[in-house]
Amino acid sequence: MNLLELHDIGKRYFLHHKRQLLAQRVAGAIRRDRNSFWALRHVSLSIEAGESVGIVGANGAGKSTLLSIAVGVSAPTEGTVVQRGRVAALLELGSGFHPDLTGAENIELNAALLGYTRAQVEQAFDSIVDFAAIPDFIDEPLRTYSTGMIARLGFSVAVHVDPDILVLDEVLAVGDQEFQKKCMEKILEFHRCGKTLLFVSHSSQAVESLCQRAVWLDQGAVHRDGPAHDVLAEYRSSLNGVDVVPA
Amino acid sequence: MVAASHDHLYILSKLIGKDFKIRYRNMSLGIFWSLLNPLIMVAVLTYVFTQIYKSNIHSYPLFVLIGLIPFNFFTLAWATGANSILDNAALVKKVRFHREVIPLSVVLGNVIHFLIQMLLLMLLIVAFGQGVNRQWLWLPVVLGLEIIFVCGMALAFSALDVYYRDIRYVVDSANLVLFWLVPIFYDFDDVPRDYRLLYELNPVAAVVLACRSIFLRATAPHETLVWKLTLVSFAALAVGLLLFGRMKRRFADYL
Repeated sequence: MNLLELHDIGKRYFLHHKRQLLAQRVAGAIRRDRNSFWALRHVSLSIEAGESVGIVGANGAGKSTLLSIAVGVSAPTEGTVVQRGRVAALLELGSGFHPDLTGAENIELNAALLGYTRAQVEQAFDSIVDFAAIPDFIDEPLRTYSTGMIARLGFSVAVHVDPDILVLDEVLAVGDQEFQKKCMEKILEFHRCGKTLLFVSHSSQAVESLCQRAVWLDQGAVHRDGPAHDVLAEYRSSLNGVDVVPA
Repeated sequence: MVAASHDHLYILSKLIGKDFKIRYRNMSLGIFWSLLNPLIMVAVLTYVFTQIYKSNIHSYPLFVLIGLIPFNFFTLAWATGANSILDNAALVKKVRFHREVIPLSVVLGNVIHFLIQMLLLMLLIVAFGQGVNRQWLWLPVVLGLEIIFVCGMALAFSALDVYYRDIRYVVDSANLVLFWLVPIFYDFDDVPRDYRLLYELNPVAAVVLACRSIFLRATAPHETLVWKLTLVSFAALAVGLLLFGRMKRRFADYL
């Protein structure tokens, strides 16, 4: 069964940097000559249950636009999106985090936004704190945390959602190496449990280690879609053998 | 769809809690600012209108406070509500949940302060004024209608603010004008007949007038006033929800 289907998706953005004044807006609306460009056009993608799909491509290829449409944060200009099952979208870590709230308060707020119910938060709370490995700081305000600790807390909340599809946008480039390894293991374990993964990254290495299938986006269209090994080899050679170093 | 599985009441309570906590956590007086603020305004207005302009209104401080509290709630909740989607741009762009929760959480957060201030007002009226009367039963109706009205205004203006960033200045200017055109520091009876129409359709003025007749004259608010207030409040909510619902689809593109 397909958990996620994108049919002929197009996304058009208007360039309106010169059209902010009322007079210009009215004139633009009447003439209908607004500058626009298609960030995505004619993109179709189906993801089956249990698949792990990585999306690669250069800056501006449409990766992030595709993800935000897939998870329903932004609406496509054309085409349809079908979602089945529970999607956990991690387009950033620590959504809603506030520096003046304590770690515990931030966990609750972030978890609520990611779709936890009150009961689920209570149940997962200890395990979230445990995984983030910051027990001594949990009642301190977030502003006393290091960047790495904040990232660990954000990731820890995210991986406890227990969704059918986990959608990740390059959020692995955080924390120290040990924590990155822990994150990778958690994601792989998640995939081994039969869950579905959709992952976007500049790093073809990260995609290769997590995904079986890869989609190469180029200028808003699907350039190649197939087994990760083949697609990534081609992607790398197009970059003149220079792989993008993880940030 | 995803959003359906979200527990939106839980999100709402967490967002309200967040605003409340970050507002007071680093202040030594904490929640007392909520009470101190209108009292300072009342002191200043009382000085000006009893010492400089000799008003003949009886127990002027209570008279002003009754006008000031519903007015303050309206302006604060409307202004912060109108900015709420822009202020939470990061959330709107990155997380999926019903966007209506954002302006509503801001308004309901302000409701907490509003109710605390109303409680203070009631205590003061029992201590220095007319005391409790049966018409106080009208208060939940009148205040409830004002809350509904503000929810509608916050929804509508927060959505418009995403597309037209000038909205926050429109709201600020409107609030400035309203301070003079709502009978806060003067009596509605002194308003010349020619200008009364300006007040008749203004829900904030209606709430102030209703509160004055309940607290100071122990009479029920005028029936026509209550009907107009009801009509305008629910109309504002309907328009707000409709407008927000239509515009929210493209929020992420404009933030």
